[in-house]
Amino acid sequence: MASGLRILVPVKRVIDYAIKPRINKAQTGVETAGVKHSLNPFDELSIEEAVRLRERKGPLKVENILALSAGGPKTPDVLRTAMAMGADRAFHIDVPDSADGAPEPLTIAKMLKGVVEKENINLVLLGKQAIDGDQGQTGQMLAGLLGWPQATQASKVEVKDEAGTVEITHEVDGGVETLRAKLPLVITTDLRLNEPRYASLPNIMKAKKKPLEKKTLADFGVEDTRRLKTIKVTEPPARTGGGKVEDVDGLVSKLKELGAL
Amino acid sequence: MSGARNLSNALRRARVPRPRIVVRPALLQSPATTAIRTFTVSSTARADRQIKYTSDAYPNVKRDPNFGELTADDVAFFKELLGSQSAVVDGVTTDATDDIEPFNSDWMRKYRGHTRLVLKPQSTEEVSKVLKYCNDRKLAVVPQGGNTGLVGGSVPVFDEIVINTSRMNQIRSFDEASGVLVADAGVILEVADQYLAERNHLFPLDLGAKGSCHIGGNVATNAGGLRLLRYGSLHGNVLGLEAVLPDGTIVDSLSTLRKNNTGYDLKQLFIGAEGTIGLITKVAIICPPRPKAVNVAYFGLESFEQVQRAYREAKGQLSEILSAFELMDGRSQRLVHESTGNKYPLEGEYPFYCLVETSGSNAEHDMEKLESFLEHVLGEGIVADGVLAQDETQFQAIWRWREGITEALSHLGGTYKYDVSIPLSELYQLVEDCKQRLTEKGFVGDDDSFPVRAVVGYGHMGDSNLHLNVAVRQYNKEVEKAIEPWVYEWIQKRQGSISAEHGLGIAKREFIGYSQNETMVKLMKQLKALYDPNGIMNPYKYI
Repeated sequence: MASGLRILVPVKRVIDYAIKPRINKAQTGVETAGVKHSLNPFDELSIEEAVRLRERKGPLKVENILALSAGGPKTPDVLRTAMAMGADRAFHIDVPDSADGAPEPLTIAKMLKGVVEKENINLVLLGKQAIDGDQGQTGQMLAGLLGWPQATQASKVEVKDEAGTVEITHEVDGGVETLRAKLPLVITTDLRLNEPRYASLPNIMKAKKKPLEKKTLADFGVEDTRRLKTIKVTEPPARTGGGKVEDVDGLVSKLKELGAL
Repeated sequence: MSGARNLSNALRRARVPRPRIVVRPALLQSPATTAIRTFTVSSTARADRQIKYTSDAYPNVKRDPNFGELTADDVAFFKELLGSQSAVVDGVTTDATDDIEPFNSDWMRKYRGHTRLVLKPQSTEEVSKVLKYCNDRKLAVVPQGGNTGLVGGSVPVFDEIVINTSRMNQIRSFDEASGVLVADAGVILEVADQYLAERNHLFPLDLGAKGSCHIGGNVATNAGGLRLLRYGSLHGNVLGLEAVLPDGTIVDSLSTLRKNNTGYDLKQLFIGAEGTIGLITKVAIICPPRPKAVNVAYFGLESFEQVQRAYREAKGQLSEILSAFELMDGRSQRLVHESTGNKYPLEGEYPFYCLVETSGSNAEHDMEKLESFLEHVLGEGIVADGVLAQDETQFQAIWRWREGITEALSHLGGTYKYDVSIPLSELYQLVEDCKQRLTEKGFVGDDDSFPVRAVVGYGHMGDSNLHLNVAVRQYNKEVEKAIEPWVYEWIQKRQGSISAEHGLGIAKREFIGYSQNETMVKLMKQLKALYDPNGIMNPYKYI
């Protein structure tokens, strides 16, 4: 069917995964102000995979890689990273930063459906979840809304033929499972899929000249409705204990004191 | 929020082979060296080979007959004084060979002493009493911190008593307004920096061994490290210190003042004195606010000329946000690649690599500057290729290409390390000349019949500080003779320093004349005689 792959890679800007998140004073969410943000690690894998599909020169040529992200004014940062890694163009869906957090997965999935239809996309590569909300629903909802086959948590993606047959391997308990499906298709990515590249300086420069369009949810006929309300966010109870003893005798007497000996 | 974040952390660790530098010199507290050693040994199949005694390696160094011999009575005195069992490792009246070995030898497995007693005092008063006793009995001592030095300064040569600072590890105070931190000498550098990080400040010193080195040792050796370019040397950042002289006098110069022009600035004498006139017990140091935005870029360059141009441009365009400019040659990066298995950040291979770090308070401002700098160096063809870290993980991964060199070398066998300061234009010439010299002598080769595996150069370009490392399959006198004193003469001709930041210790002691004239050495000896008339402090080293 398809003459080429037109890939959509939705990405999210999240608190850098190497940084320990802190809960805000009101206990309604995580403190985001002044905290380093980066591309969601799972989304990094999706971009990398899209770019590798192009570089692998498989039976289906990659016509276009569209990166997309919904969020506030700093969202273009991660889109530039995505384009520096190899995406061809980007959509920034302008959603004002809100105290209630990012739009819910269903809203995003509906919006993505609109993008898929307007842009004639035949493959959507998404991270299996974003590390901030940990919801892991968007890919599945999108496949449902589109009525497309989906393969989740992919650890290997292979385009088999010009007809758009794709084989996807993913890990299951005690082994791997290989699925086959035909385009159009939704794939969510898992950590073992690939090792994302560094954004090289020439590509960072080139990325600045790639088209980045600003859109709104309304452009795709979607409203930011909320069904869920976050009541409270708390940290797990702090670990207690952990003391130092001076020497072996101290250890023995401590163990006796605790009734372990 | 934590679920997948932690999972992804864990999985990533499992997936990407992490360099072993993470354990580099190990994060343990006191006998940190034990951990490293086991580690190094297991990874290089040198398990059975004993480290050569320093006294055998330097046969012309003789034990000073004026020094007293340790007796059981001495040990009893110290046990009584220090109280706790763990404060004394006693190899005099008991067999404590295994316990004492980590204090006797250094982590490079290059120097080894014969000490039979290790003391770990917990307070300045205890140090004072210990030193006074030793001075009266003429018992020689070696002050020891994390024992991560590179010139054998922190391990004994003969039977000197090791005074280890690991139990003096309290942070005393921190003033958020002035940024002055007061801490005990035995606080581990990384612990101090983490303490400061929680208070949005930064320790103005950073080096590869931060996980085990002590700040007292850092000050005593005037360590330089990765951030010197930005924050300056410890001579400027240490505002005050407390030290104990060999006669037990406590020198309380623990000023927290930025300005204090009253009399001789005696604390400077202890900074970089390597424990030869007194033992540092506390340090007051001024710490800058922690930068809010830190970026790192990694370049591949075609020649050393281009490296110099890139450095000039970095200084000019990044000016106040430039916090590190590090040079690594292609060979050093190949070694890191071989030892860690990590994928190179760049596609092709280049003869030179640079790591440029910026630190500032405003991410947008920094990024704008950095990008125009990157655009410039790339557009002008100064830099052949490069990457810019996009997140914290990449940031750390890139730094490991620089910080991991020492560790990578240590997996290969021994290393002759030269830490030198040379005018920038000739900085890398030393590596080229050294490589040529050793190759001509037929020492360099890829198989085991050649003693030398590689000659590599890397260092703090921003400080004109080069690390010339000759990686050998095993330490070899002939190779050593081919390098020394040739390398020192080479440096002397260019008015460089034979030891830019590693100090003198035992390794560079006899070569001080290449960088200091007779008058200077004479004045230094007078100082030493004044404060340590019996010469018990870290003998056989320094001057």
